[in-house]
Amino acid sequence: MIDPLVVELSRLQFAATAMYHFIFVPLTLGLSFLMAVMESVYVMTGRSVWRKATLFWGTLFGINFAMGVATGIVMEFQFGMNWSYYSHYVGDVFGAPLAIEGLMAFFLEATFIGLFFFGWDRLKPVGHLAVTWLMALGANFSALWILIANGWMQNPVGAAFNPDTMRMEVTDFMAVIFNSVAQAKFVHTVSAGYVTGSVFVLAISALFLLQGKYADIAKRSMVVAASFGLASALSVVVLGDESGYVATEHQKMKIAAMEAMYETEPAPAGLTLFAIPGADGRPTYQVTFPFVLGLITTRSLDRDLPGITELTERAAMRVASGVDAYKALSVIRTGVYDANARATFEVHKADLGYALLLKKYRADVENATGEEIAKAALDTVPDVWPLFWSFRIMVGIGFFYIAFFGFWFWKASTHRLDTSRFWLRAALWTLPLPWLAIEGGWFIAEYGRQPWVVEGVLPTFYAASGLTVWDLVISLAFFLLTYTVLLVIMVWLMVRVIKAGPADKSVLDLSDDTAPANPEPAQ
Amino acid sequence: MSAIPLDYETLRLIWWALLGILLIGFAIMGGMDLGIGALLPFVARTDDERRVLLNLAGPTWEGNQVWLVLGGGAIFAAWPAIYAASFSGFYIAMIAILLALILRPVGFKFRGKVDDPRWRTVWDWALFVGGFVPALVFGVAVGNLFLGVPFRLDDVLRPSYEGNFFLLLTPFALVAGLVSLSMLLTQGAAIIAMRTDGAVAERARTYGRWAALATAALFVVGGVVALYLLTGFKVTSVQNPLGPSNPLGKTVVLEQGAWRANYTNLPWMIVAPILAIAGSLGAWWALGAKAKILGILASSLAIFGIISTAGLSLFPFLMPSSIDPASSLTVWDASSSQLTLFIMLIATLIFLPIVLIYTAWVYRVMRGTVTPTSLGRNPNAY
Repeated sequence: MIDPLVVELSRLQFAATAMYHFIFVPLTLGLSFLMAVMESVYVMTGRSVWRKATLFWGTLFGINFAMGVATGIVMEFQFGMNWSYYSHYVGDVFGAPLAIEGLMAFFLEATFIGLFFFGWDRLKPVGHLAVTWLMALGANFSALWILIANGWMQNPVGAAFNPDTMRMEVTDFMAVIFNSVAQAKFVHTVSAGYVTGSVFVLAISALFLLQGKYADIAKRSMVVAASFGLASALSVVVLGDESGYVATEHQKMKIAAMEAMYETEPAPAGLTLFAIPGADGRPTYQVTFPFVLGLITTRSLDRDLPGITELTERAAMRVASGVDAYKALSVIRTGVYDANARATFEVHKADLGYALLLKKYRADVENATGEEIAKAALDTVPDVWPLFWSFRIMVGIGFFYIAFFGFWFWKASTHRLDTSRFWLRAALWTLPLPWLAIEGGWFIAEYGRQPWVVEGVLPTFYAASGLTVWDLVISLAFFLLTYTVLLVIMVWLMVRVIKAGPADKSVLDLSDDTAPANPEPAQ
Repeated sequence: MSAIPLDYETLRLIWWALLGILLIGFAIMGGMDLGIGALLPFVARTDDERRVLLNLAGPTWEGNQVWLVLGGGAIFAAWPAIYAASFSGFYIAMIAILLALILRPVGFKFRGKVDDPRWRTVWDWALFVGGFVPALVFGVAVGNLFLGVPFRLDDVLRPSYEGNFFLLLTPFALVAGLVSLSMLLTQGAAIIAMRTDGAVAERARTYGRWAALATAALFVVGGVVALYLLTGFKVTSVQNPLGPSNPLGKTVVLEQGAWRANYTNLPWMIVAPILAIAGSLGAWWALGAKAKILGILASSLAIFGIISTAGLSLFPFLMPSSIDPASSLTVWDASSSQLTLFIMLIATLIFLPIVLIYTAWVYRVMRGTVTPTSLGRNPNAY
């Protein structure tokens, strides 16, 4: 079996590199659309201030995008490097969306980003606008395919285990693409990116207004960001609710853990606002909204929501059933045809993954004791409290941003963007919150799925590569060092660009031959 | 599975060819930028000259690198066993490649943002590492495929690797690494010679001619060693090209000169090494004759020939195992399921032509000679 320390370090490395990568991705998703909107206004009205705004946000976008590419290339290869058994076991299903992401999305985004920066004086305004939209579209398609891949890890539909090849294989690719979990996650995730982009634009514009600089660009940017941000904040919460609803169908344990709900709640379950863990880890004191959780998760008043204790009992039955599948599989793999074994395998194969949980305790899973089965069932419970609090932080920030953008939308509609220094300062200081919510969201999605790497199919500890501790120490140290140094440099460069502002020579008006067809009206 | 209109054997062969096409695509397209990076400190001496090179690569390098990303994705989707065994086996080598590749996007983007010679010199060398290290290490990895990789599969097909990074650095693998390096240096030099003028183009031609000669010479040396001196691999049991992808159960023997077998059985394959040598010598000639387009075409032809030679020589092996030859991964036992190969083929047939069309359009928009004066007008220039 793989050294448990290697598994833990592999998990830490994947979490660190993925979370670093996702510092940059949401801003790319959001800013690309905001720039496309601003440039559209430029092309439609011919006012050069909108081009200036696009160029300014584009400079920051470019610095962020470089970091996204740098950290993204690692993601493409890490599955094979650190999770080789995962790659073997589910590559037939999981590899396809990743490859299609490259073909359909990343090629589009990466090819047109070059023209976005270098094509200003080589393309007509409409041509350049098309390039900007294609780039934004590419970024969003990219998110779609990545979340189809991730959605499959949460809800592995459209695939079956093949005893001849000892792996999961695709049976219905359409089911993989139209996986309800994947679709809910996609819209939730890109909306979160749009909120991030809007907060970024709004906060930096607020800084400019506080400094009394570049009001022309700052106010226009704020109008776009406030409208786009309000729509996105609403959709991120509504679609997040959709995510919760589909998770109830497929990942009941995750929901129960997020809610620290040990015992099954009679319908309709209440939503815990906050709780204090007792000595045994269970909540001792909690404040609960009646009915709300049941409504969110089951959209009914009469369906029970199972608690952790009940789900653990169900898991124990699945582990026992998985052992039967495992025994039948051993017979099938001897190569001697045995109709009985085939039939037994068909009945129990959905639980084969649960038997693999026993690999932590013994290699010969077929001889597992009742005690080991109980231990494996307990392993299906993720750590409750980190999930409980991350979820509350994420949701709290989500609701905060609805109010925040509603407020700024109202300020923009009534032309009072720069009347209160207090609110401008508040806008600036909320800048880190979207990242906190997004990283929290990914933490819930991934940590809440433990002990599984693919829900119910493959345990995480069983999926890792058989590397040495030193391999991991070296790579983890290099990644953390490189990423952190680059992140510091990136923030420093962004601050420089923001300080220089849109009037910096790097964003001066271009030569006249690119002026739009409509002459600029006098202001 | 009867609904799939192509049989498993054909699909496996198509995906073997597509794997080659994607790797060749990366070496030709991304190779220009890796070569430019590795040549940067030498071909360009002043800040203006270096900016010419960076802005030559700038508009297109990100799209070019997607060939590598797509190559990784395609190996995962079509050859998951290779994806699992190779990247975990070559772990430290992969880390070196990734850390080098990480330096490129930030190097391109960050360098020009601060007007300070020390700052810019640091990023120039970062871009050098970002070009040089992957160009060399990719070749070393391919060289190791000829030698066999010390991995084995257990009964549940879990790969485990019993070597370390330094064991990869054998003389033959280093020759293969140098072939890869000189081939990509030639490619970088050829595009610099084509798209710049003056002293930069002149130096690129000089470096490029040496690199092209080195490519041809090292390729011949490596080829003779691989075909005549190395202990190659041979499958001795019958493999069913339509069978499930399970590498265990076949028998493989090691035999000196086994890599020659394909050329004996199918003499037309000799075309690949001939193209490799003709392309390299053609690039050497074209760079000397200042034939701009011929230079990049000949260099690309050399890349096509060299990578094809590697793939054809190894066939049907993709990744032989030196410690447990029966674990070797071949075209017939390391692929995805028939359905996945078919779905991925459809996706490729739809999207790859579209990619080629818009890539060609972007190159057309950005065509022309890059000079210090042509940069002055663009506020986004690197």
